[in-house]
Amino acid sequence: MTAQASPTGDLRSIPALLARNAAKYGSKPAYREKEFGIWQSWTWAQAAEEIDALAMGLIALGLEEGDSVAVIGRNRPALYWSIVAAQKCGAIPVPLYQDANAEEMAYVLDHCGARFVVCGDQEQVDKVIDVQQTVSGIDQIVYVDKRGLRKYDHTHMNALADLQAEGRAGRQRLEPILRERQDKLDYDSTCVMLYTSGTTGRPKGVVLSNRNIIETSKNSAEFDHLRASDEVLAYLPMAWVGDFIFSIGQAMWTGFCVNCPESETTMMTDLREIGPTYFFAPPRVFETQLTQVMIRMEDAGRFKRWLFHRYMDVARRVGPQILDGKSVSFGDRLSYALGNLFVYGPLKNTLGLSRVRVGYTAGEAIGPEIFDFYRALGINLKQLYGQTEASVFITQQPDNEVRPDTVGVPSPGVELRIAESGEVFYRSPGVFVEYFKNPDSTASTKDPEGWVATGDAGFIEEGTGHLRIIDRAKDVGKMADGSLFAPKYVENKLKFYPNILEAVVFGNGRDRCCAFINIDLTAVGNWAERNNIAYASYQELSQNPRVLEIVKGHVEEVNRSLAEDEMLSACQVHRFLVLHKELDADDGEMTRTRKVRRGVIGDKFGDLVTALYDGSSEIYTETEVTYEDGRKGKIRATLIIQDAAVVPVQSRQVAAE
Amino acid sequence: MKDTVEPYVTEDGRQIGGILMEMKNITLRFGGVTAIEDISFDIREGEIRAIIGPNGAGKSSMLNVISGFYNPQEGEVWFRGEKRPPMRPYQVARLGIARTFQNIALFDGMSVLDNIMTGRLTHMQRGLFAQALWKGGAEREEVENREAVEKIIDFLEIQAIRKTPVGRLPYGLKKRVELARALAAEPKLLLLDEPMAGMNVEEKEDMSRFILDVNDEFGTTIALIEHDMGVVMDLSDRVVVMDYGKKIGDGTPREVRSNQEVIDAYLGVAHD
Repeated sequence: MTAQASPTGDLRSIPALLARNAAKYGSKPAYREKEFGIWQSWTWAQAAEEIDALAMGLIALGLEEGDSVAVIGRNRPALYWSIVAAQKCGAIPVPLYQDANAEEMAYVLDHCGARFVVCGDQEQVDKVIDVQQTVSGIDQIVYVDKRGLRKYDHTHMNALADLQAEGRAGRQRLEPILRERQDKLDYDSTCVMLYTSGTTGRPKGVVLSNRNIIETSKNSAEFDHLRASDEVLAYLPMAWVGDFIFSIGQAMWTGFCVNCPESETTMMTDLREIGPTYFFAPPRVFETQLTQVMIRMEDAGRFKRWLFHRYMDVARRVGPQILDGKSVSFGDRLSYALGNLFVYGPLKNTLGLSRVRVGYTAGEAIGPEIFDFYRALGINLKQLYGQTEASVFITQQPDNEVRPDTVGVPSPGVELRIAESGEVFYRSPGVFVEYFKNPDSTASTKDPEGWVATGDAGFIEEGTGHLRIIDRAKDVGKMADGSLFAPKYVENKLKFYPNILEAVVFGNGRDRCCAFINIDLTAVGNWAERNNIAYASYQELSQNPRVLEIVKGHVEEVNRSLAEDEMLSACQVHRFLVLHKELDADDGEMTRTRKVRRGVIGDKFGDLVTALYDGSSEIYTETEVTYEDGRKGKIRATLIIQDAAVVPVQSRQVAAE
Repeated sequence: MKDTVEPYVTEDGRQIGGILMEMKNITLRFGGVTAIEDISFDIREGEIRAIIGPNGAGKSSMLNVISGFYNPQEGEVWFRGEKRPPMRPYQVARLGIARTFQNIALFDGMSVLDNIMTGRLTHMQRGLFAQALWKGGAEREEVENREAVEKIIDFLEIQAIRKTPVGRLPYGLKKRVELARALAAEPKLLLLDEPMAGMNVEEKEDMSRFILDVNDEFGTTIALIEHDMGVVMDLSDRVVVMDYGKKIGDGTPREVRSNQEVIDAYLGVAHD
């Protein structure tokens, strides 16, 4: 099917793919959106017509080749169409995060030089009008939802449907122009520009070409055997590269159907109604779902609870093996089949995951027990590792080779290299063209040979070829004996325990690792209540001997699992203390996005760090805290320091026998 | 009619039409207590009209007179140029007047959708028999009404709770469902009895937005009673102020705010 000249033949732009789909899958649904309580759908042929009409309307309105078209709003077919319509016109679509405030929006709209802005509704239009006071380039606003906008000044504003009507009316005049522009699109024309969220400094505009998007989509779609009959639910921000690849790239390549929820709040209901076969969610979504299931099970009757736990035990034991096609005894298979009838099937249906063939999670580390829970139910949940700069895919887990601790093998077409420092580099057809108007950043991220630095440290596992990400490259250090120190990896392991809210691990340049632990007041408080343990404050609870005992158990469990890991066995936590206050962004100990500031904490609690290493069994400390109203105060506490058992590295072979 | 005023345009550019409803010298007594004493005012088409006053001023009684729940001993109620005879509330509903209640009056066990459907009652013509047998156009009628209800659900952004029993909803959402039910009747005149009572700031803002949108999108005339002065002054085009059953002020929010009698009624005045 694919021609010889380029891997994707004549299909060298998204509009070309659209034309192919309209011809090949003309009567098959391409987009669905729930509106007025009913799923409305458009076939590929209808979608192509809508997009054409919109593109002609945009030309009539004066859209030129090379213009930027910003798109802001929740996932809706009309907004996906405006992205493709802009491409057809030779313009560059720039999807924006809809929850960005006016200031952030102003920066991006100014930086990309947007002349046209397509908004979902009044809320977004209002923000853009605000932005217009400081950013001069915005010429035309187009909106989808007419509600509340009737009285606005319409000299430079149009409803999307009106624009389409105009395009249709002027078809004879506008179609030749559109065709001419579309014919100019090739593999190297810009497909989309996506702004990275930018944890450090200003957001950067990542320019991705048709080659990047189409080849990545093709490779990843073939990797997972995606087909035209698949269904996805488009609910993640349109400005995020993942949504662009899933809902536009792969959808256009394979011709599957993109379903848009009715509103942000109905996502779970819509998920259940659609039952996607291909599903992506960040770990947070899976975590929330699991918590809800567990809470509801606690409230269920005794028999149901028994049934649930009985069969979940079976699922945890044999579910993943069955999913991976490994051999399992007949008895276990029978139990699993019964469990599927009574528990897993109905549960998956309630979660909206009955039909998932390929499920992915990425973005941050997912707790192994959460991951295993879904795998045990028979849901093919996998992990992938990627970035905007790579058009998402760097590595992904193949079917039947899924483990919670790796992020999989290099995606098709991706080359990996681990630098001396441990940092992961990659090169692929998906590697971005450049950062828009930022040659310095481009040069420092991508070398002339096309290798891109990920900023993450990791290693490739011998034997399996799987990549394991251990930490952000800048956080990784060496211990005194030269072995690898990866604090975040250990902290994440600790944080997977519900009782532990935060952890900070020290050890860079030292002979052993020690840790600060923050207990989770909700989880530990709940436990204390159930066990009749009285406490008056967070501080008191944190130093309760029985709480310390529990935390110690968690730390030792983490140590045991670290010991099994050749690279990281030196990171076992020898001593720890439970902090008397929660780490807080107001005190500068964390960022607003709740990432620990290792340096600040090390300085601020210097006395505690010293105590961890000098062998003392308790330490008195005073800490300054900032209250929510800005007043400052001091808390005093005596903290108990605990030793945790570590598994000696030498005897590892014996233990692992 | 004595004081027919020309249509006017509000400060934010909305066209206000002629008189939709006129209360002429209304007096309402309960036994020896006079709840409303000789009050006259009008409500114009397309307008947001507020009735304010301290507790016990007779605001709710006034709203109940408008909605036909109470029949005044004296005075006349004119609606769309005709004098309205004493009526039962359901007859008033058929005239195109819908209301919400101060203490939410929804069917707790029914879903949000079904509750709003009850608001379509005046638009259902098929008889009990046809409905039960699902014959004689009953199905088509149901579909049409459901469409109208879905538009309102979309408008008030309550899609996520469509199938939730009302009893399980928080207070702010119940208020919104009640508004939805009133809107489902496609009223000419919408009466809101303390739509913001017991809400937090964010819920109040949402509700204000919806009230303005209803007025703007459907051109519905709205009469509301409200305690929150900020809300009243922001929302309404004209305000009637009541105290001890009497009208002590009537005009735009700005006029009312500078009216000495109104200030006294609200802030209290030293009696010698």
